[in-house]
Amino acid sequence: MFEIKSKEVFAADIKAFKVDAPQIAANAKPGQFLVVLQGERSERVPLTIADFDRKAGTVTIVFQEVGKSTYEIGRMEAGDRFMNVIGPLGRPTEIEGVKKAVCVGGGIGVAPIYPIARGLKEHGAHVTSIIGARCKDLLIFRGLMEAVSDEIIVTTDDGSCGRKALVTEPLKELLEKRAGEIGLVMAIGPGIMMKFVAATTKPFGVKTMVSLNAIMVDATGMCGACRCEVGGQTKFSCVDGPDFDAHKVDFDLLMARQRMYLEEEKRALDLYLEQTGGRRHAR
Amino acid sequence: MQDKKDKGKKTEARVRMREQDPAERARNFKEVPFGYTPEDAKAEASRCIACKKPKCVEGCPVGIDIPGFIALIKDGKFLEAARHIKKKNVLPAVCGRVCPQEEQCEVKCVKGKKGDPVSIGTLERFAADYEATQGEAPVPDLPPPNGKKVAVVGSGPAGITVAGDLIQKGYGVTMFEALHKAGGVLIYGIPEFRLPKAIVDREVNYLKKLGVEVRTGEVVGATVGMDELLGEGGYHAAFVATGAGLPVFMKIPGENLNGVYSANEYLTRSNLMKAYLFPEYDTPIKLGKRVAVFGGGNVAMDSARTALRLGAAEVHLMYRRSKQELPARAAEVHHAEEEGIIFDYLTAPVRFNGDGKGGLKSVTSLRMQLGEPDESGRRKPVPIPGSEYELAIDTAVVAIGNGPNPLLLSATPDLKLNKWGYIEADPETGKTSKKGVFAGGDIVTGSATVILAMGAGRKAADAMDKYLCSGQW
Repeated sequence: MFEIKSKEVFAADIKAFKVDAPQIAANAKPGQFLVVLQGERSERVPLTIADFDRKAGTVTIVFQEVGKSTYEIGRMEAGDRFMNVIGPLGRPTEIEGVKKAVCVGGGIGVAPIYPIARGLKEHGAHVTSIIGARCKDLLIFRGLMEAVSDEIIVTTDDGSCGRKALVTEPLKELLEKRAGEIGLVMAIGPGIMMKFVAATTKPFGVKTMVSLNAIMVDATGMCGACRCEVGGQTKFSCVDGPDFDAHKVDFDLLMARQRMYLEEEKRALDLYLEQTGGRRHAR
Repeated sequence: MQDKKDKGKKTEARVRMREQDPAERARNFKEVPFGYTPEDAKAEASRCIACKKPKCVEGCPVGIDIPGFIALIKDGKFLEAARHIKKKNVLPAVCGRVCPQEEQCEVKCVKGKKGDPVSIGTLERFAADYEATQGEAPVPDLPPPNGKKVAVVGSGPAGITVAGDLIQKGYGVTMFEALHKAGGVLIYGIPEFRLPKAIVDREVNYLKKLGVEVRTGEVVGATVGMDELLGEGGYHAAFVATGAGLPVFMKIPGENLNGVYSANEYLTRSNLMKAYLFPEYDTPIKLGKRVAVFGGGNVAMDSARTALRLGAAEVHLMYRRSKQELPARAAEVHHAEEEGIIFDYLTAPVRFNGDGKGGLKSVTSLRMQLGEPDESGRRKPVPIPGSEYELAIDTAVVAIGNGPNPLLLSATPDLKLNKWGYIEADPETGKTSKKGVFAGGDIVTGSATVILAMGAGRKAADAMDKYLCSGQW
């Protein structure tokens, strides 16, 4: 188990694996995540499930290399095995009963929004997707998203693909045209993007959910590392979420907590690259 | 002869274990006491007067034949002593270290009336450690497999006990552990300096040798459902021992600032993930210079002493009552005091203050005084008006207890819960509201001790055996 069946490199720092994990694939639902452990000394890294194939018994994970753990995972190849892959964890996204949905994915967040868009589509919803990245090279899952969306809008910060805009611009236009019809806006991406998506949809009163990518340790409710504030209440992203009402989430707290170990992360990555002769990605 | 001399003269004072020097040990994660030498053990064992009706056994939740194993130690039959204990207790090396003997077996020891009670815990520890030095424990003769399968959910003390008992009765046993390493609280919760992880690994390996299948990283309620286990999984019964793993916070402002940890997270990072060896191990932990731990139990002591070993210059343990009411074991409090933990009694935090960048700067607390006894019988702390004061800290660890972990419970709605959210189970059998499912340990009682969880496991294993033999629920 936990063998990497295939590897896809989207960009120097963005990679995807299909991993053999039949039990997780059998039970996974859109919006859930898993935890990977590369080896005995590794961190437990939570990653949203970007796809699952019940027949083949595989799950897909997409990750960006930002710290030692993800750099190290990025060097794994097809045929290598994780020591452990644990999941599916978290509450699934509530997709039933939605007639019209907008799925907003930013950067690496396009990957986890994919199974949600697909799930919505399978449940009969009309799906409009807005996917964005900094530039064309960093835009992932476009073909997959097109296949499950009735309508797709692509944005890049530099205009190298699709519209030169942030995802919130077409979102706002869409809401201005037909906010009343939209039953759900689902957004996954960097904290700052989700914060602005929430600010964009709020005046329209459209139900908006976000999936929070907090720092976790056990990811099963035991430690509380992933706590966030939703409507003034402390919640655990791992067992109460990861999806929460975007209009109630304290995004500034989320982003501050994501920065908790910046110093340690830098130290570990510097040491790793020094020892293994690798180079830091430019971004 | 040493023995005779001891019998005559040294009956009152117990033989003490040698320990690492406090100043030195406060900076390393090695175990604090060194344990008995064989000579120490024989001398201490000879203090036991082998009562006809041993009170100590009554105090033991798993009913170890205490005078029996002590007599074997006295005669130098150390291996036999270890095996004698193991008939009743599958984890002697663990229990010898972390059981509160002072309120269980030792408190009943008649020697304690005039002097020190016999050091039953230390002798138990000695026997188990001695056995470990003699190579791998032999696997006892097991009955032929009876064709029935049992799922044990959780690999802490209760789960280990049930797995050990049932495999020796001929059942096929699979033990599921959500984390990537088996042992539960013995691995993630109790620090290395109090319970070396090699001991826990040894016990888990022994279970594997007996034939228990240990599946780590499988979350029952997520990776596989309870009904799935009992249905297509082919398990005839299940024992739920998932522990009390949901940290309780104090619900005061600033509690989500960076630098404020639950004890669960702090200890899990350090113990399970080995963050004290960062960056050799990948999981980081904040190395606070000024640390405050909130709470007064064993977990609070473990957290404070961990902070010191991670390099803190100053560690405060803040407790809202006074020293008398501390729920932690006296020995742990004594160790913490020796190592330089600063005990701030009669104080309760009201808010954490930030540094403006998301980090923790200080804690504001109120001084307390003790009022009338509350329902727990302890005197209730009452705030002194206008006594607010601020303590500069960069790390805080909240160790005020745990609630029931909701993961398996919410995925198994037909498992009836009590008013505190723990599983409702018969205290004598561990039977739950769901046919074929038994439960025990902290997920039934709320946070308690290793040995009580083992006691519950023992009773449940007997009841499961009865159920599986008779088919009568």
